[in-house]
Amino acid sequence: MTAGASRSRFREDETRRDSDHVSFLRHKRFRWAWAALALSLAAAAGYALIDQDPRPNGGSWYGYTLGTIGLGLILWLSLLGVRKRRINPGAWSLKAWTSAHVYLGLSLVVVGTLHTGFQIGWNVHSLAYVLMLLVIATGVYGVVAYTTLPARLSDNRREMTRAQMLDALTAIDRQLDGAAQPLARGEADLVLAALRQSPFAGGALARLTGRYPACQTARALAGMDTASEAQQRVRALLEKRAAQLAQIRGALRIQAALEVWLFLHITLTIALIAALSAHVISVFYYW
Amino acid sequence: MTGIFRVAIIGSGPAGLSAAAHAAALGLAHILLEKTDHLSDTIFKYQKGKHVMATPANLVLRSDIDFEAGKRETILGRWDEQIAARKVNVKLNAEVLKVEGHKGAFRIALRSGEVVDAEAIVLAIGTQGNPNRLRCPGADSPLIQYQLDDPGEYFDEHITVIGSGDAGIENALGLAADPAQRNVVTILNRSADFARAKAANVALLEEAERDGRLIVRRETEPAEVRTRELLLNTRDGQETIRCDRIIARTGSQPPRGFVEAMGVEFSSPEPGSFPKLSPEFETTTPGIHVIGALAGYPLIKHCMNQGYDVIEFLAGNRDLKPADEPLLAEKFAQLPGNRSVAEWLDIFGRNIVVLGDLSVLQLRELMLDSAVHAYQPGEVIFRRNDPGSSMFAIAEGSVAVEVNPNDPSITVGIEQGSIFGEVGLISGRRRGATVRAAEPVVALELPRMAALKLLATSPGAARAVNSIAIERQLLQMFGAGLTRADVAPLVENAELKSVRAGQVVVAEGADDKDIYIIRSGSMIVEKQVGGRPVFLSYLPAGSYFGEMAVIDGSPRTATVKAAIKSEVIRVPGDGFLALLEQNPGLRDKALQQMSARRATNAFIESRKGEFSGAVDLYSQTAQFLVDNGIGEATDVLLIDEKLCIGCDNCERACADSHEGLSRLDREAGRTYAHLHVPTSCRHCEHPHCMADCPPNAIRRGPDGEVFIDETCIGCGNCQRNCPYGVIRMDAKPPKKPSLLQWMLLGKGPGPGEAPYGWRKSEAKKQGLPEAKLAVKCDMCAGIDGGPACVRACPTGAAIRVSPERFLTYTKLAEDTQ
Ligand SMILES: Cc1cc2nc3c(=O)[nH]c(=O)nc-3n(C[C@H](O)[C@H](O)[C@H](O)COP(=O)(O)OP(=O)(O)OC[C@H]3O[C@@H](n4cnc5c(N)ncnc54)[C@H](O)[C@@H]3O)c2cc1C
Ligand code: HEM
Ligand code: SF4
Ligand code: SF4
Ligand code: SF4
Repeated sequence: MTAGASRSRFREDETRRDSDHVSFLRHKRFRWAWAALALSLAAAAGYALIDQDPRPNGGSWYGYTLGTIGLGLILWLSLLGVRKRRINPGAWSLKAWTSAHVYLGLSLVVVGTLHTGFQIGWNVHSLAYVLMLLVIATGVYGVVAYTTLPARLSDNRREMTRAQMLDALTAIDRQLDGAAQPLARGEADLVLAALRQSPFAGGALARLTGRYPACQTARALAGMDTASEAQQRVRALLEKRAAQLAQIRGALRIQAALEVWLFLHITLTIALIAALSAHVISVFYYW
Repeated sequence: MTGIFRVAIIGSGPAGLSAAAHAAALGLAHILLEKTDHLSDTIFKYQKGKHVMATPANLVLRSDIDFEAGKRETILGRWDEQIAARKVNVKLNAEVLKVEGHKGAFRIALRSGEVVDAEAIVLAIGTQGNPNRLRCPGADSPLIQYQLDDPGEYFDEHITVIGSGDAGIENALGLAADPAQRNVVTILNRSADFARAKAANVALLEEAERDGRLIVRRETEPAEVRTRELLLNTRDGQETIRCDRIIARTGSQPPRGFVEAMGVEFSSPEPGSFPKLSPEFETTTPGIHVIGALAGYPLIKHCMNQGYDVIEFLAGNRDLKPADEPLLAEKFAQLPGNRSVAEWLDIFGRNIVVLGDLSVLQLRELMLDSAVHAYQPGEVIFRRNDPGSSMFAIAEGSVAVEVNPNDPSITVGIEQGSIFGEVGLISGRRRGATVRAAEPVVALELPRMAALKLLATSPGAARAVNSIAIERQLLQMFGAGLTRADVAPLVENAELKSVRAGQVVVAEGADDKDIYIIRSGSMIVEKQVGGRPVFLSYLPAGSYFGEMAVIDGSPRTATVKAAIKSEVIRVPGDGFLALLEQNPGLRDKALQQMSARRATNAFIESRKGEFSGAVDLYSQTAQFLVDNGIGEATDVLLIDEKLCIGCDNCERACADSHEGLSRLDREAGRTYAHLHVPTSCRHCEHPHCMADCPPNAIRRGPDGEVFIDETCIGCGNCQRNCPYGVIRMDAKPPKKPSLLQWMLLGKGPGPGEAPYGWRKSEAKKQGLPEAKLAVKCDMCAGIDGGPACVRACPTGAAIRVSPERFLTYTKLAEDTQ
């Protein structure tokens, strides 16, 4: 490395080390929000000012312009999926991309709607429009999730990693296993059932809602007397187990809420691109 | 064995083996004495299947036995064969306890009571030392062992582990891990808590105790080892337990005492120093030679070459050129003047003051570890703000230091024979000034490890560097046209003080009048406001404090304490005042800095009333970061958990930018007020990981990053030495199918670090080497755009910052969305 290159990296590093921590929404003082706003205003002004013949729709030259901008934006927005997984080469940051993605994605509401000229019907063209709105709607939910949930994820974690949470559960289970030995058959079976149940049992719905109606630990707690010392010991351990499970399930639920929308967002994006292709081909075919 | 041997070689590591093999080849009457029942115990103790490296690659091997990189088993097997084939006279189970006599007639006493007579001795016992033995009756019982190789090989036994450090705890846990082995495991601890062990190990031990998997006896010591029984001294009197096996892990004694008992002198009392040696490896006791790791050469190849050389010398060969001769010749070839290796060694050794005490052998070694440079007049040697922890010494010529960053024409000269760049070495900070050659210069650049070794081995060098460093630091601090004569009275009265982490240097309200300069480490400044300490600021090495009270005569306005183990230079206040009086420029500068500090204090104090909660949070967060090692960091990864969505894109990006292994563990690590310090390298000012790396593979790169180069031999020392647990040992993973192939065809494991199973089976399929090497963050050196972990975070949660910039009120307390 030459001395010159090394010094420029020094400057770059110093700016980085000095920087405030700023979220993707406020990135560079809302640079992309302003850009999106400008794009939307320009599109709206054009729509209002330019005389479109015979009436505003996707077929006029202005409609084509908006359509091309919209298509380009959608294709570029979709590329985030690739960008996210390919960090090198290039000196770019995903935070900047996400920031631009969110704001420019929102501006599609304006650009896309104006492109339709408010002509909605039961056809492949409107399908694409509706899909686009759905993608945007899920995106908006995502941004809400990204700004509200992380703190809760962090609080729930209490400095434990996922692996440590599972280890803690295993440790409780080992103690439970020993403590349950003196119990009567019926109660011992309750404990065994709780131990046998996977902490992940319950499926996607339970994961998302955080409700586990078939939880054997809850059942065992309900069915455990506190008459004898052994029972009290087991009860105390079961309560610990329930608390540990609650932490694990809390983490799963918040993580699921942070991810489930992305799943819809991507699936709808694929559907949108298929619908857009059909839309574009049919437009050119019937030209 | 009877008769007197020409040479007795003690220790059968690579050094001793090679010596013995050469003695056999020359037909010298020799004996190789080895403590254990096998050859080469240090290598024998490597973990099974370890890949042993043969570095430095360009050094030729000069030995009668073979050595090339390969599996531990292969190498040991080959040595066993060759030692037998070469008819080397080996005596196993022959621990040497004492050496008496003199050159020509040494008497070597073995543990068995036998005595071996020899004319000369080659000591090649390495640096492992001896495990501390139990000090109670029965300490030589066969029940006792000092090492545990495989905890899985014992069944149905009552085993007692003695020792409360990590080794003892790990052994006890290992023995108790599998209930199917049905062992009854007891661990003894002399005190009530396990203060010497890692917190994670103690937690595991306590958990195992709660579960009844093993027995922990606190405040208990062994009183007597009997047959299948152990008598214990407990707090409540004596007690006997059944005991079939004792594992004693109470640390080990370095071999120094044993060596000094033979009259061998070491170069200094420092723990890191080595025996004084002649070019023929002879110690200060004539007839006793030291080679290998004990002589300061920890790499196997060096050890083996020295084994060969020392026997050549003993056999009377005076003209033997050391095996490193071609390496040195190559190194000196770039210098002007066409001089020979011997001439250059002479010039460096004679001209450079701090090298005065070194033997030729040490000088050669130092030269091998260092770089030599020639500069034309005016050429830049280093620039202000370049990172660098190496020290320079001028063999010929002189240099000019640009003391004023705004006016390069103001320079201070440094003359032939002196050193420069020592501030970077001591403080770990960036270069404080640009240095140029003033005439044609030949200089030696000592990398950090080599320089530290020099200071440890040569007390004279340490003294010289110290006083130069204090003088320079004063000049640099107070800059503004001061000369050496100006600061001379200060240097004379300056005192170097080490301070523990957390120790108070200046207490608020006190009326002492001294100025302190932080030479290494860092300090935090806090003030009592409303009965609570409020964090005011963080001072990195190179800054000074205490000047306010001196200048305006007031009591101390704030408390300054060490964030980490540090060194400060104490300068008496009146000397400083006198200096200010003579230098109005300096006075203005000091007043300016003082008013800036006052402003920060006032700002935070004013905030305290309005938002006292925010100020408390700020103070506590700053303290939390300092407690987590930020005080010694230069560049640290932090995650704002108010923004982190847990996507682990940071880890994936790190893996994908670095041969497929992530160098950070996002989840692990501490969190306070949603600010999380993940397990990732802090690029410490004085990296602990560098301390004990046999090939010196850990270095500081041009952008300040601490990185491990390709000469890593996978010994795991750095992993053990890093207090933050950020180094992992792993094999280089196989190449993954491309992102496109994964996205379209689902081929391979996808972005990020591939699962262990995939890496393992794929590596096997492709026949890749499985050597586990040390892997750590390199701050994405050479990658466009810098740290991938930061760039790959979609929300801006991950940031890498420098502590002195980040630990300010505005940066820390500012609310992110
Ligand atoms: C985990 C690990 C991995 C390493 N990997 C590598 C690598 O890949 N490549 C590399 O080049 N280097 C490596 N090293 C460094 C290298 O192993 C040692 O520096 C080297 O073995 C030192 O050789 P030696 O002959 O000086 O001493 P040692 O190998 O330590 O041998 C000393 C011998 O002397 C015996 N002894 C000690 N005291 C007495 C006594 N009083 N009487 C009789 N005998 C005695 C001991 O039992 C031992 O057998 C590694 C080190 C470690 C700890
Ligand atoms: C038609 C418009 C849009 C398209 C085609 C689109 C497409 C995509 C795609 C392909 C991804 C990558 C997902 C992945 O691979 O993980 C993504 C991510 C994302 N999108 Fe959109 N998007 C659109 C609009 C929006 C809007 C309007 C918003 C917000 C208001 C939004 C918010 C996000 C967010 C927050 C992410 C996640 C970033 C990350 O976690 O890395 N998107 N989008
Ligand atoms: S590896 Fe550990 S000791 Fe070394 S620089 Fe990084 S944090 Fe510091
Ligand atoms: S700076 Fe680079 S090497 Fe270091 S943790 Fe981040 S991505 Fe990994
Ligand atoms: S990339 Fe950012 S948001 Fe994702 S896990 Fe890492 S720090 Fe958290």
